[in-house]
Amino acid sequence: MTARIGVVTFPGSLDDRDSRRAIRLAGAEPVALWHKDKDLKQVDAVVLPGGFSYGDYLRAGAISRFSPVMGTVIEQAKSGMPVLGICNGFQILTEAHLLPGGMLGNDHLHFICRDQKLKVENAETAWTADYESGQEIHIPLKNMDGRYVADERTLDMLEAEGRVVFRYVVGGDTSHGHGHVNPDGYGNPNGSLRDIAGITNEAGNVVGLMPHPEHAVEPLVGSGRTDGLPFFTSILKKLVNA
Amino acid sequence: MARVVVDVMLKPEILDPQGQAVQRALPRLGFEGISDVRQGKRFELEVDGPVDDTALARIHELAESFLANTVIEDFTVKVEEVAEAGK
Repeated sequence: MTARIGVVTFPGSLDDRDSRRAIRLAGAEPVALWHKDKDLKQVDAVVLPGGFSYGDYLRAGAISRFSPVMGTVIEQAKSGMPVLGICNGFQILTEAHLLPGGMLGNDHLHFICRDQKLKVENAETAWTADYESGQEIHIPLKNMDGRYVADERTLDMLEAEGRVVFRYVVGGDTSHGHGHVNPDGYGNPNGSLRDIAGITNEAGNVVGLMPHPEHAVEPLVGSGRTDGLPFFTSILKKLVNA
Repeated sequence: MARVVVDVMLKPEILDPQGQAVQRALPRLGFEGISDVRQGKRFELEVDGPVDDTALARIHELAESFLANTVIEDFTVKVEEVAEAGK
């Protein structure tokens, strides 16, 4: 028996197919979910993929958050169902208040697309158990609204409770300037406060991050790295052993 | 018919790079003496029927839950008199 992991397609989703592919490569069964369906088809976990759902009108994720499928996702996430939000999915999770803080435009006002170095800060969530705490990984990042913001109290709380899951690795050659292409993948690419790239909720079942693990799962594609695959093997192990 | 205006602004402590880009362009255009610009959103809602306390309360709720994300933004709601054409 394997786990069934749903991937929601919103109008404007881009990475739903790659997410389903990553789930399949990890050995789980991907299930396509539709934004207008309240029914989650009895999946064990849900991925909210990247893209520009509903055109990012109003704010990124603001309209998707009220779609029929999200009603069910929010309800089930609160009772423990694992949910992973990647890029636009992360934005939807903050708009839905399943994760604290908010997402705003990159501080340099440019779209950014590059391979990004991340440090795994919390390897205990449902989606990161196959990483090691402190491990550095290298996965693609591509977004316009990637700047994570929250008030100081929330940031302190996230740090104190170990809920910062990924941080951008700052360092290396920064001579190209803040946020600009650094061939080594170092640097804070968008002005996110405290270099935060991803966070989790209190229970550790909901995780959101801006970079894209689903684009780094096969040696023949993209950067050739498979640093994103452990997201999907982590959740599979958790669900199968549950 | 009445118009209700909802103004949404980023909270003052949050960096607004769009506003800064506008501010930096001003001297180039010959506008001096403007030290800061912050950019927000304005929503004009045309309301059917009277804008009474109940209607305003509903619009307030709409602004709080949807038009603004109160984690990062503040908003104000005000009723605007609509000058009717031809009168």
